[in-house]
Amino acid sequence: MTAESMLVPGVEALRAAFGGAVLRQTVSCGDSIVTVDRDRAHEVLAWLKETPGQEFDYLTDITAVDYRDPERALEVVYQLRSLGRRVDLRIKVPLDKSQPLEVDSVWDLWKGADWLEREVYDLFGVVFKGHPDLRRILMWETYAEGHPLRKDFPLRGNFSRAEQTRQALAANPEAHYSMEELSIADAFDELPDDMKRRLAQGERGEIR
Amino acid sequence: MGLTLPPAESGEVAAVSPNWVTTRLDALVNWGRANSLWPMPFGTACCAIEFMATAAGRFDISRFGMERMSFSPRQADVLICAGRLPFKLAPIIRRVWDQMPQPKWAISMGACASTGGIFDTYAMVQGIDTIIPVDVYVPGCPPRPEGLMYGIMLLQKKIKGESIADPTLRQEFLVDERGFFAPPEKVDEISEPFGNSVHQTRSA
Repeated sequence: MTAESMLVPGVEALRAAFGGAVLRQTVSCGDSIVTVDRDRAHEVLAWLKETPGQEFDYLTDITAVDYRDPERALEVVYQLRSLGRRVDLRIKVPLDKSQPLEVDSVWDLWKGADWLEREVYDLFGVVFKGHPDLRRILMWETYAEGHPLRKDFPLRGNFSRAEQTRQALAANPEAHYSMEELSIADAFDELPDDMKRRLAQGERGEIR
Repeated sequence: MGLTLPPAESGEVAAVSPNWVTTRLDALVNWGRANSLWPMPFGTACCAIEFMATAAGRFDISRFGMERMSFSPRQADVLICAGRLPFKLAPIIRRVWDQMPQPKWAISMGACASTGGIFDTYAMVQGIDTIIPVDVYVPGCPPRPEGLMYGIMLLQKKIKGESIADPTLRQEFLVDERGFFAPPEKVDEISEPFGNSVHQTRSA
């Protein structure tokens, strides 16, 4: 049994549909891995999600790899699963070092990509074009030292310990929350009129 | 802040000079305080598991009058930082500490809270004594409940040596106008790499 024949069924159809956009296909440790051109990655992922016979309806994870390589910059990795077909597929998208680290967001395909792409943006600095709310998610939003999981990021950070401590003590803990996470009191002015009236009267409804 | 009174500064008279009444009162007040410490558990990692074991039946922290966990800092006496402290939590533990009323003490539980431990990284505070004043450090990774109880008993011993005649004991150490609790050169000095970390360069 050759490695090619262990590929997930459907990869050949992918190559037939996109031809030159599929750069490589391999099997590693039983996992099918397809490397896809950056400019057509979103098209390929949409095709994989929506084509009958592919139906990769579940996005398990998005991550990135920094190879510390002068040729390759970063690789964005999408781990897909088809819940109905019970197969997994890994899509890798290499980014070019001469161009800005950008790739199209897949938030419009899988809503769960929202926080996954924010994490990759936070820790690797990859910009996902079309993402609705691309903010840092693990590091605080005023974090100014860079993107920690890049290989050129020093382990202890770019600033001195004293400067890191000063910035941490100056932080406002409430600033970590987004508008949606703040209390309803702050959004009072934007509520509909009848709801404002009921809140103003203190009406809480009857418990039956 | 030790077991003995600090020498009075020249030219200044202590607010209350020690005499028979104050020392008897000290003994009574300190006995009460030392045996009814209400802990503010600030558990962030595996040390918190050992802290829970200390609080549970086998080791039974209530023997020290500490079974009343105070999850509001406003009713707490002793802050127990059990676990590593990332920079993202630094302003929060500082605010919790500032909200605690005097008299208050702090226990730094475990290697990470005391020194940063194995986490000599961009994300981790290298010892909570760069953020808040600490009374007792408990070593261990994590310390066993016996270790934490020994730290608690050391704190009780320290409390029993305090005196109302010492005006420095209830001093608040606030973050200064430069944004530091400890001087920046001291923060850099105590955050120096140690152990295997010495071989890692900042540019690696």
